[in-house]
Amino acid sequence: MTDSTAPTTQSRAGAPASANPSHGPAGPRKASYPKRFRHTYGSSRRSGGLAALLLLPAAVVVFGLVTYPVLRTVWLSFNRVLSPMPTAPVQMVGFQNFINAFTDSDLIAATGHTIYFTLVSTAAEIVFGVLLGQLMAQKLRFRWLLRAAILMPWALPTVVSASMWRYLLNADYGPINALLTQLGIIGSYRSWLGTPTSAMNMIIIADVWKNTSIAAFFVLAGLAVIPNELREAASVDGAGAVRRFFSITLPLLRPVIMVVLVLRTIEAFKVFDIVYVMTRGGPSNGTQTVAVYAYQTAFSNQNFGYGSAIALLIVVVVLLLAVAYIRMLSTGGTSDGGR
Amino acid sequence: MTPSSGGAGSAKSAPAKAMSHRRGMNDRYAPVWMHLVAVVVIVVFLAPFAWLAIASVTSPSDLLRRPLRWWPQHLDLSRWADIFTGDANTPAGGFRSAMVNSAIVAAGTVTLSVAVAVLGAYAVSRLKFRGRGITVLGFLSTYMIPPIAIVIPLYLILVRIGLLDNRLGLILVYSSFITPFVLWTLTNFFDALPREIDEAATIDGAGRMRILWQVLLPLAKPGLFSAILFATMLCWDEFLYALIFTSTPASKTIPVAVAEFSGKFATDFGLLSAGGLLAAIPPVVVALVFQRYVTAGLAAGGVKG
Repeated sequence: MTDSTAPTTQSRAGAPASANPSHGPAGPRKASYPKRFRHTYGSSRRSGGLAALLLLPAAVVVFGLVTYPVLRTVWLSFNRVLSPMPTAPVQMVGFQNFINAFTDSDLIAATGHTIYFTLVSTAAEIVFGVLLGQLMAQKLRFRWLLRAAILMPWALPTVVSASMWRYLLNADYGPINALLTQLGIIGSYRSWLGTPTSAMNMIIIADVWKNTSIAAFFVLAGLAVIPNELREAASVDGAGAVRRFFSITLPLLRPVIMVVLVLRTIEAFKVFDIVYVMTRGGPSNGTQTVAVYAYQTAFSNQNFGYGSAIALLIVVVVLLLAVAYIRMLSTGGTSDGGR
Repeated sequence: MTPSSGGAGSAKSAPAKAMSHRRGMNDRYAPVWMHLVAVVVIVVFLAPFAWLAIASVTSPSDLLRRPLRWWPQHLDLSRWADIFTGDANTPAGGFRSAMVNSAIVAAGTVTLSVAVAVLGAYAVSRLKFRGRGITVLGFLSTYMIPPIAIVIPLYLILVRIGLLDNRLGLILVYSSFITPFVLWTLTNFFDALPREIDEAATIDGAGRMRILWQVLLPLAKPGLFSAILFATMLCWDEFLYALIFTSTPASKTIPVAVAEFSGKFATDFGLLSAGGLLAAIPPVVVALVFQRYVTAGLAAGGVKG
């Protein structure tokens, strides 16, 4: 992921999503370095020692606590462990947990739910995000209120949002049922979270309500760097609003949309909180996602070996997604530059 | 955002009609229908908050009525009174102690993470050393580990060192994933500061640490601030670790308290609304007050990458 031509350049090595190389103080500036500074302070040996010293506290805080758990999870995933206690009997089973995972119909169903949730929620968040981002960029009389309103769900803790939606959608006392019946849209109260398909769609609505904000603000930030003159020129050439949107605004927003896509799909694939609070994976496991399934396997069924194996598979998928996206982001940057 | 050349839009006809709104971005308001759309959006985003506020002061019988009444017959402030005066072992008083726990955990985590990440970010941004790319990648990859993947052994470690159901235990766990985030954000902000600044300070005889504290950090203040803001929000929002590592008012955080309550007392909607609103107030107020930094942080984190 580091630019191969300059692995030792003093800027942003290894930062993902570095789609905008023109931003950082990159190569040229290094070349303009007065030689004596490089000689005095740039010696990699001296800096190496200091760098290690400066990075040590962060390394202790980060790796001190998680290194063992990561290794332990890998080890657990090759064993049959039915209690969290260190003294619990352990049986080495090799790859059996992973083999089981690929034939476990519950896990396959959970994967299906996760993919459905990820695709639908991410797509909706991007579409609404682009629309709301554009709306926020307009000169409106109460634009501050619009921006504040869109920001609020983002700041709301996920668990509070999920509990709130669970109440709003309550089958017997939920305000959404009350509102829709009083408006005559539905004849009687419905159990929105009562059937698997409906429950999954309600979880998606709750997720979109909360997470469209971040997409919208990304788009707003992206719009700010598109020169107005471009759209004006297109208009002079006779392009209508729709055409201008699809041939100018949208292509220029591509990098921003890609970033949102990356952030949201990876988060969505790991989704746990909102499902756990709204439905606990029910009804009849219809909203069980892979993270919820891993949690329930390990903590409800006390099957820690298998739970660890599923958790590791989630990590693998997330890493694959991340690598694929980083590739897409870097190639996307160059192809845009050629236009 | 430069002002458009005056009145050029008026000379155009059919397709230019829509355009004139665009053009008018700087001097003229958007058309009425856009204002109407904006009103709908505002209602959709704010109505749930408004209902939580109303429900928190509506009597239980009114909340369970069918058809539901949208405005309380009389104010019922009992939930708020219970939250602020109730015993920490009651559900209402539990919300209060959970708020305190969340605040302490967030403050502790952010302090520890920022302290170590500032040093690390300086090293990554300003020093030349072998394996820097892999170091950054190493930190970032821990940020990507889903909690579910390490929560089981982490639980056992906390049991062994006596930090289960303990705020310090939670601070240590949170710092392990907040630090990489702060480190990366600050590295980006340091990278954006021209290196000539360091050179000038070096000529003036300042050492590296003095440059970091007295030159770079003050200049990166907006970045530091938005990193702190985001880190605080991440702590306040965290659920899975807290769910498994905390069990009593000694350390239970507000997301756990709200989730437990909504599971156990399924129809006490008034108290649920009050508790949820209470949990939402700090992050929402902070986000609204520091909106500028939030959006700047988003832009720095994503758009400029």
